[in-house]
Amino acid sequence: MKKFNIFKKKKSSSIAKDRLKILLISDRINCSPQTLNLIKQDLIKSISKYMSIDEEQMEIVLKKNDKRGNNRKPSLYANIPILDILE
Amino acid sequence: MCEVIVITSGKGGVGKTTTTANLGSGLAALGKKVVMIDTDIGLRNLDVVMGLENRIVYNLVDVVEGSCRVKQALIRDKRYPGLYLLPSAQTRDKTAVNEHQMLKLIEHLRPQFDYILLDCPAGIEQGFKNAVAGADSAIIVTTPEVSAIRDADRIIGLLESHEMKKIDLLLNRMRLDLVKRGDMMSPTDVVDILGIPLIGVIPDDEHVVISTNQGEPLIETASLAGRAYRNISLRITGEKIPIELFKSVSFWTKVTDIFHKN
Repeated sequence: MKKFNIFKKKKSSSIAKDRLKILLISDRINCSPQTLNLIKQDLIKSISKYMSIDEEQMEIVLKKNDKRGNNRKPSLYANIPILDILE
Repeated sequence: MCEVIVITSGKGGVGKTTTTANLGSGLAALGKKVVMIDTDIGLRNLDVVMGLENRIVYNLVDVVEGSCRVKQALIRDKRYPGLYLLPSAQTRDKTAVNEHQMLKLIEHLRPQFDYILLDCPAGIEQGFKNAVAGADSAIIVTTPEVSAIRDADRIIGLLESHEMKKIDLLLNRMRLDLVKRGDMMSPTDVVDILGIPLIGVIPDDEHVVISTNQGEPLIETASLAGRAYRNISLRITGEKIPIELFKSVSFWTKVTDIFHKN
C-alpha cells in the first residue's frame, strides 16, 4: 500500500518546477490584464477600418516564446478571425 | 585582454562571496592576474572569507573619494602571485559610491589585470547597479530552491535589459541524493527554467564551511567543491571542460539526459 503511494505521489522537485514555470511567466511579462484589454480594443479599432472581424472569437494572449536563443522574451499572440474584407 | 565579471544572485546567502573568493583564487592559481572587488558597502565579507581581514588599511570608498591611491587599497594575497583584493567599507552605506565612480575605477584597473571579479551585494538597489555598471559578463549564483531561482530570474531580466552580453549560471549547493529521490530540482531543470548556459555545479560540501572558518580558499583542497571551482576557473579561461556533477553520478546523468532528449 505504501509503495503504491510512493508511485502515485508527485515528486516535490516537479511541483517546484511547475510552480516556478507559471510564476516566472507572469514575473517576466509584468503586463496587467487591463493593459492587454486596452491593446485588444486598439487592435479592434484599427483592423475594423479594413476588415470586419469576429470580436467574440478574437484571442489576444501573451505566450512564452520558444524560439531558440530568445526563449526568455514573451510574445504577443493574436488570433483574429476575419468575417469580411471591407471594400 | 581584461574581462570584468560580476558575481550576482538577487537573493542573499546563496554563495556569491564564497564563489568570488574561490574563482579569484582559482584563476590566480592558473597564473592569471586577478583583482576581487567587494562592492557590498556596509556589509563587507569577502575579506573575512579570504582570511585577509587583518590587512585592510584603505577600502573601496577611500579609493573612489580620492582619500588614497588605488594601489594603496589593494591587498596582495600572499598565497598566489597576482591575486589582489579591494575590500569594501564597513562603516558606510551603498550610496557612498555611484555607477560613474565604479566605471572609472574599473577602467583604471583594466590594463593591469586579466580578470576583475566583482562581488555583488544581494538585492537590486544601488549596490547592484554599482557592481553591474562596469561588468563585461555576469555569473548568476543560485541554489536549487524556488526563492533563489525566482530572484535569479529577476536578475537575469535586469541584466538583459542592461544588454549584458554574457550571462552564465552557477548552481550552488546541489545535493545529488535529493535530486535522485526527486526532492530537489536537477541542474537540467534549473537550466530549463532560467534559459541561460550553465558554467558549473557546486555540490553541497562541508569543506566549504570548514575552509570559510579557516579563511582559506577551497581551491587547493581535494574536496568536491574545490574541484568544481577549479573546473569553473578553467572554463572562464576558455577551456572546454565537461560539467561533472559528482564522481558517482555519471551513470545517473546519462540516464536522465536520455530522458530529457526524448
